[in-house]
Amino acid sequence: MPYACIFIPNFPVEALLRVEPDLRARGFAVLEGKAPLQKVFAVNQNARRAGVEPGMTKVQVEPCADLVVRPRSPFLENTAHAALLDCAQSFSPRVEDTAQDTIVLDLAGLETLFGPLHKVAGDLARRVSTLGLEAQVAVAENPDAAVLAARGFSGVTVIPEGEAAEQLSRLPLEVLFADQSTDQESELVLETLHRWGLRRLGELARLPEIAISERLGQRGVYLQTLARGAAARTLVPFELPLAFEEAIELEYPLVLLEPLACLLSRMLEQLCARLEARALATQELRLALELQKDHLVEGVELPVGRDRRPFPQHPPSWFRRTLRLPVPLLDGKVFLKLLQLDLKAHPPGAPIRKIHLTAEPARPRAVQNGFFLPPSPEPEKLELTLAKIAGIVGGDRVGSLALLDTHRPEGFRMQPFVLRESASESGGKQESRQEKGSAELVTALRIFRPPLAAKVTLFEGKPTYVSSSQGEAWGGEIVWAAGPWRSSGDWWETEGWSRDEWDIAVQEETTIVCYRLVRDLLRGRWLLEGTYD
Amino acid sequence: MSSFSFFPQVSVRHPLAAVLPKKGSVRVGEPLAAIPKLTEVKPASRLALRPAPEMVSSGVREIDTLTGGLPRGCLTEVCGSQSSGRTSLLFATLAAATKRQEACALVDVNDVFDPRLAAAAEVGFEQLLWVRCGSPVENSYSSARTFRVGFGAGKYSEAGKNFARQRGETTLGQALRVTDLLLQSGGFGLVTLDLGDVPLNMARRIPLTSWFRFQRTIEHTPTVLLVITLEPCAQTCASLLLKMQAQFLGARPGAGDEKPPVCSPPHSAQDRKAPARWKGSGLRSAEEVPKKLPASGGFSHTELLEGLHIQTEVLRSRLERKPARSLTTFTSQSVCAG
Repeated sequence: MPYACIFIPNFPVEALLRVEPDLRARGFAVLEGKAPLQKVFAVNQNARRAGVEPGMTKVQVEPCADLVVRPRSPFLENTAHAALLDCAQSFSPRVEDTAQDTIVLDLAGLETLFGPLHKVAGDLARRVSTLGLEAQVAVAENPDAAVLAARGFSGVTVIPEGEAAEQLSRLPLEVLFADQSTDQESELVLETLHRWGLRRLGELARLPEIAISERLGQRGVYLQTLARGAAARTLVPFELPLAFEEAIELEYPLVLLEPLACLLSRMLEQLCARLEARALATQELRLALELQKDHLVEGVELPVGRDRRPFPQHPPSWFRRTLRLPVPLLDGKVFLKLLQLDLKAHPPGAPIRKIHLTAEPARPRAVQNGFFLPPSPEPEKLELTLAKIAGIVGGDRVGSLALLDTHRPEGFRMQPFVLRESASESGGKQESRQEKGSAELVTALRIFRPPLAAKVTLFEGKPTYVSSSQGEAWGGEIVWAAGPWRSSGDWWETEGWSRDEWDIAVQEETTIVCYRLVRDLLRGRWLLEGTYD
Repeated sequence: MSSFSFFPQVSVRHPLAAVLPKKGSVRVGEPLAAIPKLTEVKPASRLALRPAPEMVSSGVREIDTLTGGLPRGCLTEVCGSQSSGRTSLLFATLAAATKRQEACALVDVNDVFDPRLAAAAEVGFEQLLWVRCGSPVENSYSSARTFRVGFGAGKYSEAGKNFARQRGETTLGQALRVTDLLLQSGGFGLVTLDLGDVPLNMARRIPLTSWFRFQRTIEHTPTVLLVITLEPCAQTCASLLLKMQAQFLGARPGAGDEKPPVCSPPHSAQDRKAPARWKGSGLRSAEEVPKKLPASGGFSHTELLEGLHIQTEVLRSRLERKPARSLTTFTSQSVCAG
């Protein structure tokens, strides 16, 4: 039963280079610790050639020319690790999270799907490289042999069945302790083996088992079994919680939106690739931007996102926006455009130091098209169009509306426009009722928003003349009036209302216009509410 | 020497000999079309036949009978003054489109849409996208009032007119951009641009290229573009132009045989000079009642606005089907009446 192992050498370096791929050609060193005692934790090959080694202090490496130094980022390492797991799970359902930099996959039954083992290994390596990581991939007959081969051999290695001992014999002893480098006991064992003159796994494998057991105990026997490539264990499958997050910490705060768009584009590409690997889409994107605190203006309320859920790791210096989509989508370009339009309408207000993007996974939508369905806009295009329109007229002035359960005038609210995919339910359905005849046509009212203040002349309690009450000379004779009809409500609330309504016909220059005239009984003023049309 | 001719001797007939009648064969006055050859000639206007656009119901039976409905892929313009029934027709059209499960959009230039009466007209809000142009500040009292009432000259201060013009241009610009975005997006069954309260001088300044652009965008699509205006603005870009006028119907419940008062708008230049007259028993004309209500209407709370008696005329139709008649009337009902 074959197993594959993906190993990322210099994982902390790779995690940082994943978000800054332009620096891959230069020497790169990762620092750990608190200033001024920071030390080099990991380096890439170019830095090693320049003489930089792990353990050197920051002061020692700073004079090196063409060397890029970055602090270690556990968050980026976690993100890269999650991406690696997603990639592995796109090949095999049984994946073991062996270490931060090591993933083991069970390839049983995959040859019929993906082809021969060397092709599977090559595809794995290529897929990992699209994530921005350089990996070493090995395939062997058991998980531990695959791990040792991936750690010891560069590139892609396939060990045929039965040849594990022979292939692994060339590897140095250090590969047995690669994930236990800080363990003092492991250091002692390695030192003992070196004192015995052993340097390769093959030398350890040839020693008598009983002698190893006497001198090094069960641990020594285990190490010898590993060196022989004969260790047999079962994989411990790992179920990764579905968290699709990408983050990037900036060396210099961002002020303009254009470079922010470039970074968002890269992050969205990664997110969409990870979602696609799991055959998922997303219906909600959450963007959190850490702002530079000393640029925050006192007394100015930063715009906040519509997401009100508690977010303990985001203190008030974070600027959050949430994009909720009407249907699950998986188009990075559409997401980028929507984010750009949203940020233009609601700018952060301060330089940005860190970007955190999260996608809420959702099942992709399945659409059944048909010839006889009514026309409807494409969700992606519609979402972009609505975002552009919101940028023109305002976010709260575009959408569909819902009537509230009240008799109060203007008792409605705006809500996001979401087209229900009810075409499949009613597609092909004939009109259930005939078009309205003239008997059923409703007389419409064109509302004045806000209502117009008016001055009304009364005669025996009925309005006879209406004019404007503010400056402009307008007036008209009321040639017909019907009313009043009283309505009131919400007297139990802080803002009650009470009004008398009149339907009036006003003589204008060339025509007669019907208005709705209202008397606000609480405030004692006359208002023109609208025209019947 | 015998002479020879350079040109062969052929019998040369006059080019029109085939079509010209022979002497004595056709009586004077007989139409040329009767001549067999000419019946095969097609007029130039029929040479390239365009497919007739699909027609959809406007929601009003009388208008559907008059015009066949509203054409898809074309611009339909409905013009009329205030209280002429344009918005009632708009509600009926929206209701019909939403019943067909089509996505509809309403670009409301002056934010005048009344949700409650639209619900009474059975407009489906789930399918309706409402775009409210201008900000609440822009739609303030003075600007809105100047838009809506009294388009005659000389009633307003220059300051008021200028203020309205500036605000109106910003809002109108927004409306045109939004309409363009919606049409470019595609997929909407009905897009309505409500310019019903935009002053004439501003509406006429909408460049013809904008109307062309709208018309070209929706050509060959299933979208109906309906524009509500005071006076025709889209000119040749409108495939169907309807003009509406209305008379309001006021009634007194329990009045029996007494006819409800109907106030007619003036139809001729002569009428425009005199104020509109009342009809109906016991009612005085507007000239006689400058300050008082009609004598038979002593109690205003017994009166009801029944609705509008709407007259619709087809001013222009570029559709294949020409209406047999160009005028129709129908009545709308007020929600609270009856």
